Amino acid sequence: MPKDHGIGASPKRREDARFLTGAGQYTDDINIHNQAYVHFLRSDVAHGKITNIDTTEAAEMPGVVRIFTGADFEGIGGLPCGWEITDKNGDPMKEPAHPVLAQGKVRHVGDPIAAVVADSLEEARNAAEAIVVDIEDLPAVVNMKAALTSDSALVHDDLSDNLCYDWQFGSDTEVVEKAFSEAAHVTTLELVNNRLIANPMEPRVAVGDYARANDESTLYTTSQNPHVIRLLMGAFVLGIPEHKLRVVAPDVGGGFGTKIFHYAEEAFCTFAARQINRAVKWTSTRSEAFMSDAHGRDHVTKIELALDADNNFTALRTDTYANMGAYLSTFSTSVPTWLHGTLMAGNYRTPAVQVNVKAVFTNTVPVDAYRGAGRPEATYSLERVIDKAARELGVDPIKLRRQNFITQFPYATPVAVEYDTGDYVATMDKMEELMDLGNFDARRKESEAKGKLRGLGINCFIEACGIAPSNLVGQLGARAGLYDAATVRVNATGSISVMVGAHSHGQGHETVFPQVVAEMLGIDDSLIDIVHGDTSKIPFGMGTYGSRSLAVCGSAMVRATEKIINKAKKIAAHLLEASEADIELKDGQFSVAGTDKSVAWGDVTLAAYVPHNYPLEDIEPGLEETAFYDPANFTYPAGAYACEVELDPETGEVKIEKFVSSDDFGNVINPMIVEGQVHGGIAQGIGQALLENASYDENGQLLSASYMDYAMPRADDLPMMANYVVDHSCQTPCTHNPLGVKGCGEAGAIGSPPTVVNAVIDALHSGGHKVEHIDMPVTPSRVWAAMQA
Amino acid sequence: MYSFDLVRPTSMEDAVAALGQEDSQPLSGGQTLIPTLKQRLAMPSTLVSLSAIAELKGVSVDGNTLTIGGGTTHAEVAAEAGAYPGLAALAGQIGDPAVRNRGTIGGSLANNDPSACYPAAALGSGATIVTNTREVAADDYFQGMFATALEENEIVTAVKFPIPEKAAYIKFQQPASRFALVGVFVSKGADGVRVAVTGASNDGVFRWSEAEEALNGNFAADAVEALSAPSGADMISDLHGSGDYRAHLVKVMTKRAVAKANG
Ligand SMILES: Cc1cc2nc3c(=O)[nH]c(=O)nc-3n(C[C@H](O)[C@H](O)[C@H](O)COP(=O)(O)OP(=O)(O)OC[C@H]3O[C@@H](n4cnc5c(N)ncnc54)[C@H](O)[C@@H]3O)c2cc1C
Repeated sequence: MPKDHGIGASPKRREDARFLTGAGQYTDDINIHNQAYVHFLRSDVAHGKITNIDTTEAAEMPGVVRIFTGADFEGIGGLPCGWEITDKNGDPMKEPAHPVLAQGKVRHVGDPIAAVVADSLEEARNAAEAIVVDIEDLPAVVNMKAALTSDSALVHDDLSDNLCYDWQFGSDTEVVEKAFSEAAHVTTLELVNNRLIANPMEPRVAVGDYARANDESTLYTTSQNPHVIRLLMGAFVLGIPEHKLRVVAPDVGGGFGTKIFHYAEEAFCTFAARQINRAVKWTSTRSEAFMSDAHGRDHVTKIELALDADNNFTALRTDTYANMGAYLSTFSTSVPTWLHGTLMAGNYRTPAVQVNVKAVFTNTVPVDAYRGAGRPEATYSLERVIDKAARELGVDPIKLRRQNFITQFPYATPVAVEYDTGDYVATMDKMEELMDLGNFDARRKESEAKGKLRGLGINCFIEACGIAPSNLVGQLGARAGLYDAATVRVNATGSISVMVGAHSHGQGHETVFPQVVAEMLGIDDSLIDIVHGDTSKIPFGMGTYGSRSLAVCGSAMVRATEKIINKAKKIAAHLLEASEADIELKDGQFSVAGTDKSVAWGDVTLAAYVPHNYPLEDIEPGLEETAFYDPANFTYPAGAYACEVELDPETGEVKIEKFVSSDDFGNVINPMIVEGQVHGGIAQGIGQALLENASYDENGQLLSASYMDYAMPRADDLPMMANYVVDHSCQTPCTHNPLGVKGCGEAGAIGSPPTVVNAVIDALHSGGHKVEHIDMPVTPSRVWAAMQA
Repeated sequence: MYSFDLVRPTSMEDAVAALGQEDSQPLSGGQTLIPTLKQRLAMPSTLVSLSAIAELKGVSVDGNTLTIGGGTTHAEVAAEAGAYPGLAALAGQIGDPAVRNRGTIGGSLANNDPSACYPAAALGSGATIVTNTREVAADDYFQGMFATALEENEIVTAVKFPIPEKAAYIKFQQPASRFALVGVFVSKGADGVRVAVTGASNDGVFRWSEAEEALNGNFAADAVEALSAPSGADMISDLHGSGDYRAHLVKVMTKRAVAKANG
């Protein structure tokens, strides 16, 4: 019987009741008395010198409160980058200024030039059209390789070139070169990891408010991490001390990474509210989202794999160009380096691995973390080159992977990280079973009888989640710690509020976190609520991304709950006139071991707040505990994925017939939510593989700037649920966090793109088309073009 | 969106009068016009809604002619044009349910998006576009991308389709918008075979005369197979496919449409 409550149960998501009945409170639902509205006038050219901005006429228009330009932000900090990368020569990365409003130059389509604050949005938009801006066009820097040539225009005039950093990591060059020179076989592949736009359902919104009475600013914003925004914006941009700045991220309608970062619009609304002594609201249109939300991925990579005569991997080398866009977004620099390079060994024993990354400035929207962040890019390169090697060598791709699997744990790879635990053979076995590979040939024949080609794609992956040990990331250049915090506040009558630093924007924390506390205390989870998303209510928190919420913040919550239990046992011991060591907690009852004496949870909590009969000399009244938790290591979820595609050779159209994921997430608290996360992640990965593409032309114009041209995955792009199998039964619990959990939020998006592309290539080969690679998105037109070549 | 006045006349007379005002524009389902207004790409001072004019609505059959009121929604056509199954099926594939419940045949034909579905049906059936002032044969009505024979403020009041012996529409979707990357409508009727192609050409919907000729001799997919695809040189080339790819799809979709029409 599956459990119906506590750890391992799948209660329905309690937050859905309000989301599905329109009772959610999103940032755009927040309206403050007498608020003004801001409209940003944005650049429609990719690169240019601002020679003149004339706001005279616009300022006279009806309803206009004030118009701001870059000049109003001189002397105010720019948007900071949260991670410093050191170049392979030992130099720090180049870190150009990122002004809130453009100063002197515009650097991408969508760069904000001026901000019109007015009584209504309509009036703000009208006035923005009356602003005269003269821009002298400069050549747009779009292609990364061209950006690094000596005759390229400079995105930032104060830098010597468009190279942010040239990073190298892993095994020494001599070691790698020797392995390649001794290799029996070398497989090389050049590929593009396509630029994506996250497209959360809720566009970004910011409302800045200011209370003159006590000089306090409040920012309501669509953020995944309100404390991070408070720190970055307060300390680095606006110079507002934390105790005078509150950041609230209420219900947030999806983030996928793009709502981690501190954005200009947030700083603007907070700043402007202080200037005009009125709340200022900005709601992104969908069109603005396309050109102002940080984009994801955008790598161009050459990867080489060396194998010995027995098909053992002996060395791996990558050369990647990573697009930073026009400015450094908050965590942009860490994505192609530490979140990408450290995973390049994958699930394999390859003794020499070297990763090279050139990060490049271009006249495009800044690029930063998007679901998986760096790990999908690593997995894609590695698993595509392994697939190609298998084909070149004429060996079964599953066998080649199995042969090279890491099987002993802990295992330190040549790219720094130590995998604590895993069982890649088990997930592969499970995947093979669920995929019914024994009957693949029969299914292929059926497809061929219909004039279609059927392909099988295999993929393995590993990710580093539970981000991250602070001392380690500090050595790697992070400008923040990556612990988390929780406060468990037990009320007098026994109900509990848990203030958590994690932020739920679709993940279901409000359901899952109480399951854990309820299990630990043996009480009903309806007594427990979590509180998140408000710096004035929660102790501290680094937010939600990197599949870290349960592994890091959940661990803090466990530690705080343990403190509660310890204190409650002291109180119970006093009430029961027994020794603390003899007190046991079970099903919400404290009892004296070996006796029938017991006292209920509610009696203990009441005693804590009404301490008439209470050990006041030993302990304080009240029952509230906080814990900060800093993880000892990353967690390493891993899995084996497979899919079957059917390809129409007449049109190039690819349909996914079946998808199987076999994941090892360690312990699973709520299976239903885990499965939902994986289904969603795979959907996004299939989107990347088959559909999504943020495409710029040579002038830096975004061609796919709306849903008319940017293809999001829809239900009918995915296999039917019966053939969309997500399994998490292989479990090797994380060895270093109290729940033994690893994180499941990104797995699907990491594991699925190479699975799909491997399947398409397999299908083409089965039809005699010797196509080695097609860049994502593998659209019908690209497949058809590859078949003609 | 800029602000505008909205009027909702209940008769054609009042609608025509309202459209006589400067900078006024008809509003039907709004599925094209409202997004345009939101982007501030148009600035009408008055929108004249056609949605309350009863005579613009409905599907009727008279002998071999199916008549659809200009204000009839795609969903209504899908449900009520059973006398012309190929056309009903086309309407049922436009956009999503929300679009089909608002968008209208008159709006679609007035707009003449080069990737829209109805233009292929009208041209591929040899339909007649009826306006408040005259009747225009489909062959004369479509005049290139977003261009039609309509005069300023002329309203599409109905479309008359001769019901063919056989017909089918095959749409190969553009992956993002799900409009037609290439859509082909074929019909075999009293006046012979028509093959109309949407989505592909820089000149908007067009008739593929080679295919019509071949199919007049032999209305079978094989007859199309024997043809070479039309030239890709004049075809749309964009993010979603080259001109050559579209040209290739014209042939594949024509073949499939014929096979489907033959059932
Ligand atoms: C998400 C989405 C998906 C879509 N997918 C498809 C698709 O797959 N295939 C497809 O063909 N279309 C598609 N469309 C377009 C849809 O079919 C629209 O309904 C159609 O293009 C316009 O019809 P409407 O009634 O909404 O016209 P409106 O938007 O109201 O008007 C469009 C234009 O026509 C004018 N107009 C309207 N009615 C008349 C009339 N009776 N006489 C003269 N002028 C008139 C208006 O002034 C305006 O200029 C899609 C639209 C959306 C939003």
